Amino acid sequence: MSGILSTTGMSSIILTAFKQTLYMVFWSTLFSVVLGFIPAIIMTLTAPDGLKPNKIVYEILSFIVNVFRSFPFIILLVILIPFTRMVVGKSIGTTAAIVPLTISAIPYIARVFETSLRETNPGVIEAARSFGASNFQILIHVYVKESIPRMLNGIILLVISLIGYSAMAGTVGGGGVGDIAIRYGYQQYKTEYLIVCSVILIAFVQAIQMLGNYMYKKMS
Amino acid sequence: MIQIRNVKKTFNKTEVLKGINIDIEKGEIFGIIGQSGAGKSTLLRCINGLESYDEGSIVVDDVLVDIKNKKVLRNLQRRMGMIFQGFNLLERLDVYHNIALPMKFWGVPTHTPEAKEKILNLIKLVGLEEKVHSKPRELSGGQKQRVAIARALALDPDFLLCDEATSALDPEITKGILALLQKINKEMGITIIIVTHQMEVVKQVCKKVAFLSGGKVLAVGQPEQLFVWPKEREIREFLREESDKLPATGVNLKLFFYGEGNQRPIVTEMSRELQTNFNICWAKLEDFREDVYGSLVLNMDKKDLEKACAFLDEKNVTWEVIE
Repeated sequence: MSGILSTTGMSSIILTAFKQTLYMVFWSTLFSVVLGFIPAIIMTLTAPDGLKPNKIVYEILSFIVNVFRSFPFIILLVILIPFTRMVVGKSIGTTAAIVPLTISAIPYIARVFETSLRETNPGVIEAARSFGASNFQILIHVYVKESIPRMLNGIILLVISLIGYSAMAGTVGGGGVGDIAIRYGYQQYKTEYLIVCSVILIAFVQAIQMLGNYMYKKMS
Repeated sequence: MIQIRNVKKTFNKTEVLKGINIDIEKGEIFGIIGQSGAGKSTLLRCINGLESYDEGSIVVDDVLVDIKNKKVLRNLQRRMGMIFQGFNLLERLDVYHNIALPMKFWGVPTHTPEAKEKILNLIKLVGLEEKVHSKPRELSGGQKQRVAIARALALDPDFLLCDEATSALDPEITKGILALLQKINKEMGITIIIVTHQMEVVKQVCKKVAFLSGGKVLAVGQPEQLFVWPKEREIREFLREESDKLPATGVNLKLFFYGEGNQRPIVTEMSRELQTNFNICWAKLEDFREDVYGSLVLNMDKKDLEKACAFLDEKNVTWEVIE
């Protein structure tokens, strides 16, 4: 044996897995950010301190978000099988794993976005109102624009936790780096797989976090 | 001109405004002063429709301020620039784009040569030529308020409303901001309404002032009338004047000097003429723009009081016995 990393079998297995991880994380991030933004905006508007306070709408949305956030991911994964089949036509595979990943991420990112948006300085909103800005203008030019760095931070947190969840998605045949670590490293006692996979995940998370910090600085 | 008639507002079952009547003339700098909770900020926010009022009317140049009539209200708001204690600038926009923001809200182009010239002129007016592309976090408090002033002028308003605009600034910076407000008032003919709890602000720039207390207007007038010899106990308490430091024996007589009055040696003359001594126990000189105004409290024996008052009447000095 000439060193673990030169083993062609292993490097190609892990490379494929890494691509799968990227694929799952990328699409689930994109879908959940787009879909989570909508309830976040509605909650921001209808919150007690919002532009159009509406207790009923806010409480209902808030309740739904809490319910979905308190589901353990592994259970959500199983419950969602019929839904996943409806959406992508199958319930196993990397693409299929995107559905539960997205569903679990939407309430999370919705809450993160809502918190980010509501941290906007109320004085600035008042100033905009005093100049005759419409609610829509305030939403876009004040709430959203001022919150972009905070929301970006939230997205970075989301990506990192999705990397973690994508390892569990291996259970429904999603593949990915985490799945390799479990199947080869743990179940087949190939410790080198466990080590390499862990190192890759650590490096990946570090890189994402560094990129996030850099962008936050640039944007704020 | 702004006419405020019998304006009342209740907030969470507390009466915040209890029938306010004020007239603000075009082109003047009008102060609204009072302690925290007097209702002065609420009143200002009612004037430009940030808050509604329950009763009465606020009429700005013949247009009723009505929060329900959104279209009319927006057009009124366009004519009323506003600045705040916390500056309220957008953190992610630079000086230029902060100032351009109200124009954006009104669909006025902000990148045409004319718009650029206008915004740069505003930046020049407030003296921030060096900071055109700085973000608010790179600016000091005074500079931030200057940006806010330029922003409030971006839509060529007829009124500038200032809500405790200098309360977060130190005295030197405050002076600079007030000088800028005076310049704007003089050169651009903009009516300025200043809400503040700082006497210095009213003294330095206001032509007229209303003293608010507990949601009521206690007095309206020129600042020198209101604050050099305040008849209202609450105003005196606000000014934290002679009240508790005066001797308990004898009688305390307060003299007021207005303009040239302080040029005359009244006290020494009186002492010589009445052949008695006084204890000067409190005095204040106020520098009101060109003139000096003052007041003085003398402590004397009860028997001298009548003669002293007669003497002062003869010399045309205003006086008051403090109980």
